[in-house]
Amino acid sequence: MSQKVLMKGNEAIAEAAIIAGCRHYFGYPITPQTEIAAYMAKRMPKIGGTFLQAESEIAAINMVYGAASAGVRAMTSSSSPGISLKQEGISYIAGAELPAVIVNSQRAGPGLGGIQPGQSDYFQAVKGGGHGDYHLIVLTPASVQEMAELTVKAFDLADKYRMPVMLLTDGTIGQMMEPVSLDLKVESAVEKPWATTGTEMKREHNIITSLSLVPAELEQWNLDRYAKYAHIEENETLWEEYMTEDADVVVVAFGIAARVSKNAVNAARAEGIKVGLIRPITVWPFPNKPLAALAAKGVSMVCVELSMGQMIEDVKLATECKVPVSLCKRVGGIIPTPNEILEAIRAAKGGNEA
Amino acid sequence: MIVFDKPRSLADVSTSYCPGCTHGIIHRLVAEAIDELGIEGNTIGIAPVGCSVMAYNFFTCDMIEAAHGRAPAVATGVKRARPDKIVFSYQGDGDLASIGTAEIVHAAARNENITVIFVNNAIYGMTGGQMAPTSLPGQITQTSPYGRDPKHCGYPVKVCEMLSQLEGPEYLQRVTVNSPKHVNQAKKAILKAFRNQIEGKGFSLVEVISACPTNWGLRPDEALRWIDDNMIPYYPLGVYKDRSEKKEEQA
Repeated sequence: MSQKVLMKGNEAIAEAAIIAGCRHYFGYPITPQTEIAAYMAKRMPKIGGTFLQAESEIAAINMVYGAASAGVRAMTSSSSPGISLKQEGISYIAGAELPAVIVNSQRAGPGLGGIQPGQSDYFQAVKGGGHGDYHLIVLTPASVQEMAELTVKAFDLADKYRMPVMLLTDGTIGQMMEPVSLDLKVESAVEKPWATTGTEMKREHNIITSLSLVPAELEQWNLDRYAKYAHIEENETLWEEYMTEDADVVVVAFGIAARVSKNAVNAARAEGIKVGLIRPITVWPFPNKPLAALAAKGVSMVCVELSMGQMIEDVKLATECKVPVSLCKRVGGIIPTPNEILEAIRAAKGGNEA
Repeated sequence: MIVFDKPRSLADVSTSYCPGCTHGIIHRLVAEAIDELGIEGNTIGIAPVGCSVMAYNFFTCDMIEAAHGRAPAVATGVKRARPDKIVFSYQGDGDLASIGTAEIVHAAARNENITVIFVNNAIYGMTGGQMAPTSLPGQITQTSPYGRDPKHCGYPVKVCEMLSQLEGPEYLQRVTVNSPKHVNQAKKAILKAFRNQIEGKGFSLVEVISACPTNWGLRPDEALRWIDDNMIPYYPLGVYKDRSEKKEEQA
């Protein structure tokens, strides 16, 4: 058992990134993720790394684009309005097939919204976000320990598949403190023969670009990328199942919503309701298989979200609308209480009996 | 004995530029500078969005294609990741002086140790001749069909003058390539801008006043004269900042 340290979620992301070998962080201040930048500003100069405060979110993501092109592990972080600004760069990173890690510590929106937690950037994160056909791998931690573990995983997946990976978290997990083990396993470094590091007159020049003016070639790029995505859907989908074996009702929730939901599931079990929880850990790729399997058994679903109902669309797709799917939500920066979720579970159970 | 040859650093391919366009000359000067400094294998170039978007095919060093206006930020990322490499961006006026103003100003303010080749032809060429941030008052373009009216859309941006107000940048010079004499001056400036980076002096930008006969609606020879008659009076050639020079004077 390794020693644990008490850390904020945002600090755990920053330290885990350093452990993962990230020495290039580019950011811009925005609440509630600024601790990541502050931590990097302190640590990077001491370990020979680069922390640079960019002039804008747009510049920060393009600095990541440049550093990733040069073959190093690079990262930026922001919160919802700032992530919107980064979308141009994320689309280019996806198009040019560069590895990069982007953290979104979500706050309530739209517009300037608020600074309290939200999950309403779900569509933006899992459906692409910028222009063009592409996906990010999207990881959703539900504890400070997972903030650390999934940050390392984000770098490993980004390098493995040459694509941007997003850590989709929220203001609550970013701000809260929990004991963390930093004994984190990092995959061995991937060779990057495609990187623009200078030819040294030993090879043809490398070109990093997302441009192709030949439609057939550009179509093929897209087809190839989607073949990669299909492989990822098959091999990298992650979720947690809790008490689903005998369940009549299953709550589907990720991140902070899943933590509160677990309390509600326990309370409902104490009342004798057979309820379980599916917690997607990757929301792209989405855990369609376990949800489809539960739907085949006639299990009702309750989606708990800090949005007006975004993930619920993917749950309905996964279950092909074979079973009732309801929504328990709070927005504006409010987290649903365990009682509100318990009510939703009771209603779903009642619906089954009726 | 060969006295004139194609620079090694220029790829043996046809460019996408129009007849009479001076991008070709500027590419050649950049390639000559890279050759003379012996840095081809050590250099990473950043191409913009605009007419020179395909520049990544024309230079033989490693190349990156950036989003519109973002080349200085991309160059910053590369340089911070590989400080031992030589990094240059090649950008047009729409790219650098309109959509990318924040990126160029802050790269200059940080004295980022990169080289910027800024091609100013006072028009958006790639999209077919729209008004640029550097289009002259009265200049007729597709989006200023009655001539650029400063009362309606303001005055052209003078990039070297603007950046020279910053403490950050090491070297700013405006040149042109419309005569052999001017080409020679441009070559010296571009060489210096790369040498500054090798010597770790910091941000160096060479603004090259360039001809766009196609979108100016002029013959190539008329376009070269138009530079003398219209562009240079508004955009005077010269050194706008040279910190090393200043130090030498003080010494």
